Amino acid sequence: MSFLSQNASTILTLTIEHLWLTGAAMLFAAAIAVPAGILLARSPRWARPVIGLANILQTIPSLAMFGFLLPLPWLGDRAARIAIVALTAYALLPILRNTYAGIRGIDPALVEVARALGLTNRQRLFKIELPLAASFILAGLRTATVTCVGIATIAAAVGAGGLGELIFRGVASVDNRLVLAGAIPAALLALAADGALGLLERWTKVPSA
Amino acid sequence: MTVPAPNPAPTPAIAFHNVSFAFPGGNLLLDGISLTLDEGSTTAILGRSGSGKTTLLRTVNRLLEPTAGEIFLDGLNTRDRHLIALRRSIGYVVQEVGLFPHFTIERNVAVVLESESTPLAQRIQRAHELLAAVGLDPATFGRRYPRQLSGGQRQRAGLARALAADPPILLMDEPFGALDPLTRLEMQQMMRELLHRFRKTVLLVTHDLDEALYLADRIVLLESGRILANLTPEEFLRSTQPEVRAYVQAFRRAGPGDRSPDPADPRPVPEAAP
Repeated sequence: MSFLSQNASTILTLTIEHLWLTGAAMLFAAAIAVPAGILLARSPRWARPVIGLANILQTIPSLAMFGFLLPLPWLGDRAARIAIVALTAYALLPILRNTYAGIRGIDPALVEVARALGLTNRQRLFKIELPLAASFILAGLRTATVTCVGIATIAAAVGAGGLGELIFRGVASVDNRLVLAGAIPAALLALAADGALGLLERWTKVPSA
Repeated sequence: MTVPAPNPAPTPAIAFHNVSFAFPGGNLLLDGISLTLDEGSTTAILGRSGSGKTTLLRTVNRLLEPTAGEIFLDGLNTRDRHLIALRRSIGYVVQEVGLFPHFTIERNVAVVLESESTPLAQRIQRAHELLAAVGLDPATFGRRYPRQLSGGQRQRAGLARALAADPPILLMDEPFGALDPLTRLEMQQMMRELLHRFRKTVLLVTHDLDEALYLADRIVLLESGRILANLTPEEFLRSTQPEVRAYVQAFRRAGPGDRSPDPADPRPVPEAAP
């Protein structure tokens, strides 16, 4: 118990740092992948190569990804920048794939009716396609978030902070309490994100007829 | 609603001039169609599947652009019209209805008005007017979602939506094809009343000869993208033209459309005329 009280403020600081790294990466990833997914849904012949590229990013081992980014000029100056870029890269695929699939999966008859009624492309996107694909897009965001909360622990290896720092310190000093002090909050964060986004996903889901 | 002045040659509401259509590298689906529809008239397009009926319908609101020929609405070439404005001036009803599942019925009905940024109160009022006109109680159905309605009720809502912006032209693609025979009959009766009430120029694609006879002023028989016949219902039934006779006889023998008794449906089915 005394361990907890001694380390409470460190754990809290690192948890907030962890949240900030993941949250920033999610915002960037969504800002890139949702519009990209919409564009791909409009011109599907690009879907295979672009989603393939995002897939390759996903397969790079996370430690290697952080290592690759380290020597880059502006990025290498601050460890947090590296972490956010790497996490963004990992988050792209699930969001991109789900946005694309969500929009392509809409009943073509509905899209056709929207055109026939004289909705502009923009109205069709914002009033029909995005609301109908929203639960898909959120499912992608949820997968990405849970993955990135885990991967963010490795960002501590390049000094970006976050809960991984406790884990690395615990491993180095063979102190399981430190490892758990990093791992448990990280797991709870992942569960909380999963639960919250899952609720949002269910709330936006349009029941089929 | 203005009554057209007596004019030796009034401008037809819809005029197809030598319209052809083919998908790139595909067969000719429409082959030099010329056809005029008088204002306020209903024209039914009959023909077997693949004869080009739906294709013809879809060239009017430019869901498909003719590869050759022109279409004039009220004397104006559709190509010269702003695409969005053109489509908003044409009501569109299809068999699958296509109500948006995430919109309430009243929002669905008023969606064209919403896209034109009509104020909300006005939209709701108009939606309720139209729901009442198609026989759906606005207080009961306005706030429901499409999945909470039966097929017939959805089709009524789809019709209300097509009428919402008061378009002079209605395009209907087998609007009652997916309904059971009794509901279909009710819808056809309602449609006839509505056509009397709101003067619309209607292009109706159907497989159902009875429906065409009941609703249309002109019946056009299409085959391989060409017009085989363009007759009044009386002329159509009496025609000695072999293709028309074949169509009428095939319809009579098979029974009207797919109006065969459904074993799962306990309700009596009206007998086909002998």
